[in-house]
Amino acid sequence: MRVVGYLVIGIMFGIVMFKSEAASWFRIYEMFRFESFHMYGIIGSALVIGVLGTLLIKKNGMKDVQGEPITFQPKEKSFSRYMFGGIIFGLGWALAGACPGPIYTLIGAGYIPVIVVFLAALLGTFVYGLLRDKLPH
Amino acid sequence: MDLIYQGWPWYVAGPLIALVMFLLIFMGKQFGMSSNLRTLCTMCGADKTAGFFDFNWRSQKWNLVVILGAAIGGFIAMNFLTADPAVDINPDTVANLNELGFASAGEAYLPSELYGMDALTDWKALAILIIGGFLIGFGARWAGGCTSGHAISGLSNLQLPSLIAVVGFFIGGLFMIHVLFPLIF
Repeated sequence: MRVVGYLVIGIMFGIVMFKSEAASWFRIYEMFRFESFHMYGIIGSALVIGVLGTLLIKKNGMKDVQGEPITFQPKEKSFSRYMFGGIIFGLGWALAGACPGPIYTLIGAGYIPVIVVFLAALLGTFVYGLLRDKLPH
Repeated sequence: MDLIYQGWPWYVAGPLIALVMFLLIFMGKQFGMSSNLRTLCTMCGADKTAGFFDFNWRSQKWNLVVILGAAIGGFIAMNFLTADPAVDINPDTVANLNELGFASAGEAYLPSELYGMDALTDWKALAILIIGGFLIGFGARWAGGCTSGHAISGLSNLQLPSLIAVVGFFIGGLFMIHVLFPLIF
């Protein structure tokens, strides 16, 4: 039954990514040229609700569906991995115009060449795994 | 009903993305898409090559179901919820893209110059897709997350590391669009 839940959440996410055009290469290009509020509005409004909801969950000590208290893992403190890794990700995000979520949505929508981006992203992840100990973190 | 078939405005999409994140949190999980790439590497046997991939991938099966759903959602949205997939971007952006050689700007969901079937036999388009994808996979794992894990989940929890990552995303993205694009196209 839980599998159905994850599938429904995923379907909802895919529909929202496609219909909001956050999965469109053009919207990402337009965002980086600061020529539309659209993408900033999406991320900004998700964040306002995200911050308020997260505060509410913590304040009330809310529990998940299994009755376990909800905890938020703090990200480990560092600068270089986030800055350098972030810059590399940003270069790819702008060039291919897709993030790791919408990649699947676009393949589902029938854009076959996105499979190339997906396979290259797998390769990039694999190469990171090989080089991890040599990179600053 | 017509509103559903058009592009959805930001004030509908943003809250729905937050809802997706909270649904996963209430399921006892977290919202982050790029970690699936690591899981898929492990499933393909990468754990025999590098310690980074040596973990119990079955604990991440739920997230693979989420991305399967994301693909099904794309299929549904494209085939049943969209009248015209063309993205109505700013006319200034269209003019700029036309200058760079993207004739499909304003008339398609993705640029046919990169994502049409012809791109698969065009070495330049293919190279762009491969390099772009590689940087996405490499950078997301190095930074420990992508747009969903850092820009939405991490910033919602007021995490400084996520803010640094998002600043990095924008430095990389702005450099690509404003400095490298005129050289590439």
